[in-house]
Amino acid sequence: MWLEALTLQLGYNATLVTLGAMALGIAAGVTGTFLFLRKRALVSDAISHATLPGVGLAFIIMVAFGGDGRSLLGLLLGSAASAGLGLLCIGWLTKYTRLAEDAAIGAVLSVFFGFGVVLLTVIQNLSAGRQAGLEGFLLGSTAGMLWNDAIVIAVGGLVTLGLVVALRRPMTLVAFDPEYASARGLNVDRIDLAIMALVMAVTVVGLKIVGLILIVAMLIIPPVTARFWSDRTDQVVLLSGLLGGAAAYIGAALSAAAPALPTGPIIVLVSFAFFAASMLFAPGRGVMAAILRHHRFQRRVHMRQGLLALAQGQPIYEGYTLRLLRSSGLVQADGVATENGKARAAKALLDEKRWELVRADQAMEGAAALYDGLRELETVLTADQIDEIDKKLGGPAEVSV
Amino acid sequence: MSGAEFVPLSLTPLLIGIFSAIACALPGNFLVLRRQALIGDAISHVVLPGIVVAFLMTGVVSAWPMMIGAAVASLVAVALIEAIRRLGKIEAGAAMGVTFTAMFAGGVLLLEQTDTSSVHLDVEHALFGNLESLIWLDATGWSSVFDPSALAALPDELGRIFVTLIGVTLFVWLFWRPLKISTFDPGFAEALGMPTGKIGLALVVVAAIAAVAAFDAVGSIIVIAMFICPPAAARMMTNQLELQIMWSVIFAALSAVVGYVAAGYGPLWLGATHAVSAAGMIATVSGVILAIAAMFGPCRKRSGAPMA
Repeated sequence: MWLEALTLQLGYNATLVTLGAMALGIAAGVTGTFLFLRKRALVSDAISHATLPGVGLAFIIMVAFGGDGRSLLGLLLGSAASAGLGLLCIGWLTKYTRLAEDAAIGAVLSVFFGFGVVLLTVIQNLSAGRQAGLEGFLLGSTAGMLWNDAIVIAVGGLVTLGLVVALRRPMTLVAFDPEYASARGLNVDRIDLAIMALVMAVTVVGLKIVGLILIVAMLIIPPVTARFWSDRTDQVVLLSGLLGGAAAYIGAALSAAAPALPTGPIIVLVSFAFFAASMLFAPGRGVMAAILRHHRFQRRVHMRQGLLALAQGQPIYEGYTLRLLRSSGLVQADGVATENGKARAAKALLDEKRWELVRADQAMEGAAALYDGLRELETVLTADQIDEIDKKLGGPAEVSV
Repeated sequence: MSGAEFVPLSLTPLLIGIFSAIACALPGNFLVLRRQALIGDAISHVVLPGIVVAFLMTGVVSAWPMMIGAAVASLVAVALIEAIRRLGKIEAGAAMGVTFTAMFAGGVLLLEQTDTSSVHLDVEHALFGNLESLIWLDATGWSSVFDPSALAALPDELGRIFVTLIGVTLFVWLFWRPLKISTFDPGFAEALGMPTGKIGLALVVVAAIAAVAAFDAVGSIIVIAMFICPPAAARMMTNQLELQIMWSVIFAALSAVVGYVAAGYGPLWLGATHAVSAAGMIATVSGVILAIAAMFGPCRKRSGAPMA
């Protein structure tokens, strides 16, 4: 069943939903990256909550004109209008009052959402129109999705994606260095507006699939995940799109296979699973990589100190150092150095003395700057240079161990 | 409106609404000033999985396990946000977004997976609350306020939110000086030897308790709105923290009263036959108050900015 779902063999409707979700996931991941880089991830939260009154009003208006009230396009237009108004409110509050952006975001999201709920209860009491399914906008519902709905979502996702690709250069520039961007003659406000408009488009398009509360996750989680894997913007954008698309595809397929699994939450949780795995295992920025790096560093410090102590005949009390030396076969169980250990200790002491000379020598300033007590001398100096130092040192001296 | 109608049907929801609003607005003042306004948003999303897990573990819809579940979930969320922020070196807003959406999704999934339709526990209830249904059936009129047997039948939510409100007020009153100094000048507070980190954490915990207690009765929309809107509006009225808190309490109570009345009676006055969501209306009214304060408040500009 799972396999069939993942290979799109569960019938026409499930395939439609899965592909539509994937298009949306890619668009959301790519668009969200710019929001994340601009450090305004939570604006998307306000945008999504602000769509609710628009959905309600659009429904009421459509019913008032004798329509069915459930035309997806009409509802999406309404939600776009109220999300846009919400964005304007946030902008106005941050610019013209003393409120910080986070308070403006919170105020807009709660008030718009509250008003949307009021409208929903008005609609529930309307005798005209069939309001069934309108609650689906809260948490998403794909069960009753029609061909037209899926087309609206897929086309909307693809158009948004196309616009992001077209605008990626100015948006990248603004995301990283707004001052430089405006010095280059770019209108930062307008680019910001474009980013917001694209986020709004993704949000509105995604309402039907994941619902207004969880669409935020599709905009935020993939970029954060992608950031673990790369430092280059173009790669982060690409990866984020891939991750978003993959999460939406897998999530939608799983939910098609098991009716009890609602689409929106599953997509979000798949996305979060990608995130958790990346945070733990990504090379470079991942937690495991950091722990490994720390251990390697600790190991080298202890090894070095242990060898120097051996060379100078000092007793070693540090347990970790002793264990390290013992497991590398450099000391015996009683703490006495082995032949190999004596050789390595002598080499460590010799290197330490060589370093001293290197650091005293003006001519080797560049190499001396690399001294951290851990680096192998051979990785910094050529064999000729080492020979030269050894001449000054007067050849290897006997070390009494 | 006679007492015989008002006391059983409207008095308790009104009081619960007012107490919830004030309990959230008080810590909200500090959250807004510390630019942590969205903590309230995050908390109100993450209590859902806590409540569902508590229900699954105990099998009953009862207040205490759910409140404990919700409180544990908020602490888990705060820890998770911190962990993602530090371990992943990710900006706070994004870390918060990742955490609360994922936890909320988990809560919704658990709800849908388990058969909770038989009990009164669903997503809409969590979002919208059920303020309208917290009626006091045993009351017959104003005289019931002094009648012990009728008082025994008060909705439990009233007692819980009242105790929470007292607790929150005590917290703000007892820790007034550290809260104030660490909010405005964390560096100075540290120089005085104040544990600023612990104060910040305590504030978040108190906010979470207020959110959880209010969430149970009035749903998450009011919680988010009350954390932010009354303090934000109060901030436009004054430059003094004491006065700001006073204004925020007034605005919170006003939102609750006007919102409740508008939701319950407004549609009837307009000729409609059904009431609308009280929680939604309270949030809407608080937004209207904020809008008015933002347009006309005496201290609406940043200090130092030219008055345009």
